[in-house]
Amino acid sequence: MLTTAAALVAPLLVLAIVLVLAVQSAPAVTRFGPGFLFGTSWNPVTLEFGALPFIVGTLASSAIALALAVPVGVAVALVLAEPGARGLRGAVGTGVELLAAIPSVVYGVWALYVMAPFVYLHVEVPVVQRLGWIGALSGPPRQTSLFTASLVLAIMVLPTLGAISRDVVRAVPKGLRESAVALGATWWETNWKVILPAARGGIFGAGVLALGRALGETIAVTMVIGNRPDVPASIFAPAYTLASVIANEFTEATGPVYPAALLELGLVLILVTFAINLLALLLVRRSVEPAR
Amino acid sequence: MSDLSAFRQPVVQAARPELRAVAGISQNKLRIKELSFYYDRTRALKDLTFDIPERRITAIIGPSGCGKSTLLRVFNRMYDLVPRARAQGSVLFEGEDIVTTRRLLELRQRIGMVFQRPSPFPMSIRDNVAFAPRLLGWGSARVKEAVARSLQAAALWDEVKDRLGDSATSLSGGQLQRLSIARCLAVNPEVILMDEPCSALDPIATLKIEDLMVELARDYTIVIVTHNMQQAARVSDNTAFMLMNQAERCGELIEFAPTHELFNQPRDRRTEDYITGRFG
Repeated sequence: MLTTAAALVAPLLVLAIVLVLAVQSAPAVTRFGPGFLFGTSWNPVTLEFGALPFIVGTLASSAIALALAVPVGVAVALVLAEPGARGLRGAVGTGVELLAAIPSVVYGVWALYVMAPFVYLHVEVPVVQRLGWIGALSGPPRQTSLFTASLVLAIMVLPTLGAISRDVVRAVPKGLRESAVALGATWWETNWKVILPAARGGIFGAGVLALGRALGETIAVTMVIGNRPDVPASIFAPAYTLASVIANEFTEATGPVYPAALLELGLVLILVTFAINLLALLLVRRSVEPAR
Repeated sequence: MSDLSAFRQPVVQAARPELRAVAGISQNKLRIKELSFYYDRTRALKDLTFDIPERRITAIIGPSGCGKSTLLRVFNRMYDLVPRARAQGSVLFEGEDIVTTRRLLELRQRIGMVFQRPSPFPMSIRDNVAFAPRLLGWGSARVKEAVARSLQAAALWDEVKDRLGDSATSLSGGQLQRLSIARCLAVNPEVILMDEPCSALDPIATLKIEDLMVELARDYTIVIVTHNMQQAARVSDNTAFMLMNQAERCGELIEFAPTHELFNQPRDRRTEDYITGRFG
C-alpha cells in the first residue's frame, strides 16, 4: 500500500507540474490565444509576446545537433558492438561514457571560451567565405550562434545516442552477422546492408530520445546561442531557445502577463518533449524486444 | 538404432577408398592435415587429419563440446569473428591452404555455410537470395537468373515464386532453412557447410532438408555437423566421429570411415560405445 503510494509520486508530480503550468500561464493563454505560438515579437515593455523565435530556435538547434551527432553515434555503436577490437572498444566506450559525466555548465564554459573561437576561425569564417551565397549558410559569422549551440548540443547528446544505439545493435541476432560474413560480405557490407537495416527502428528511437534531451538542455545552450529573440535567417545567426529565455528572464518578469508568458513557453516545451519521448519509447521498445 | 539396414545405403562403391582408382587425390575436396585449433590459450581441436571427398556428404558426429562446430568453422574461416582464435596445421582446398589464405571473401563464396538457426535478413525473399550475387556486382539479369536457379535448387521455388517481394520473415522455419540454403547456392559455391541445419525443425521439415541434401550432393560437396546419429546414417556417405579428449580437454578425431562401415563395424571401441548409446 505504502509502496504503491510511493510509486505513484512520480506520475502525480508530472501531472501536478503540467497542471500548475497550465493554470499559471492562463493569463497569457487567454490574452494571446493560439497567436502566441506564431507571434514573432517578444517585447516585455509593450507586453507583446510571441513564441515563434524560441520554438524555431529550439527545434532548429536540436535538429542540427542531431544531424551532426547521429553519424558519429552510429559509428560509436558499431565499434562498441564489435566482437573483436577490445582495446579500441574500451577506449571508445569509456570516452563516450565520460562525456555523459561532464556537467552541462562546464560544457557551456568550454564551448564559450574554447570551442566557439576555434569553430569561428576554422569553420564559420571559411564556410561563409565560400558558401555564403547559400541563404542558410550566409554571414556574418559569429562566435555565439545557432551553429555553435548545435555543435555543443551534438557533443552532449552523443553518450545517449551511442549507448542506446549500441544496445540496439547488440540486440541484432548474432546469426545475421554470421550469415552475412559467411556469404562473403566485408565488415562494411555486413554492417551497412544487414546490421544497420535490422537496427534501424531502434537507432531512430535513440535519435528521438537524444532529441528529447537536446530540446530541454538549458545552460550550455544559453551560454553560446547568442540569445536574440529573432527567427534566425542563417545557422550562423544568433538565436534563442524556449529553455534559454525562461532561464534568462524569470528573475525580471513582473506583472500578471510577463511571467504567464514565460510559463506558457515552459508548457510548450514540456508538451513537445513529452510527445518526442513517447515516440522514442515506442520505437525503441518495438525494435529491441523481438530481437531477444 | 537396431535396424541399421533401413538406413539409406550410401554410394558404397565410390565412397570406399580402397576401391577407388589411384586418382584419389583429385577426388578430395578438403584435405585436413594435423589441424589444431585454439581459443586464446585453450586448445579446442588436436591434430585432426582426414580428407573430405568431392560431391559426397560428409557427416561430423560426436557429443556436445567435442569441437564439431569449431572444425566446421575452420573451413570457411568463420572463426575470424572470434577474438584471439587461431588454427594450426593446414586445410588444403584446391591447393590453397584455408588456414593461411588471405582471400577470405572469395573463400567464403566458394565454401558456403548454413547455420543451425535460419537468419533471414530484414529484406524481401528475393533480396535475401540476391544478397551474395549483388556483393559480387552481378548485373540484374544475372542476379534474377541466380535467384530463380537457387530457389529451385533449394526446392523452395514453387512455394515462393509468386511472392518474391514479401518479407523473408513471413516464411516458416523449414522454408527459412531452405531459404538459407538458396542464399548460399546463389553464388555457385563448391562446398556447403551445414551446422546442425535441422535441429530447430520439425520431423517433416527435417526430411525435406535431408532429401534436398542428397539431391545437392550430385553437384556440391556437403559437410554436415549433426548431433543426430540417425540423420548422419541416413544422409551421409562418410562419417567422422569426434570425441573430447578428457585428459587434455580438447576435441579429437576418433574415426573417419564410410558411413555404413562406421555404423556397422566401428573399428574403435569408443565409436561403438557412442553409436550404440553406451556413451556416458
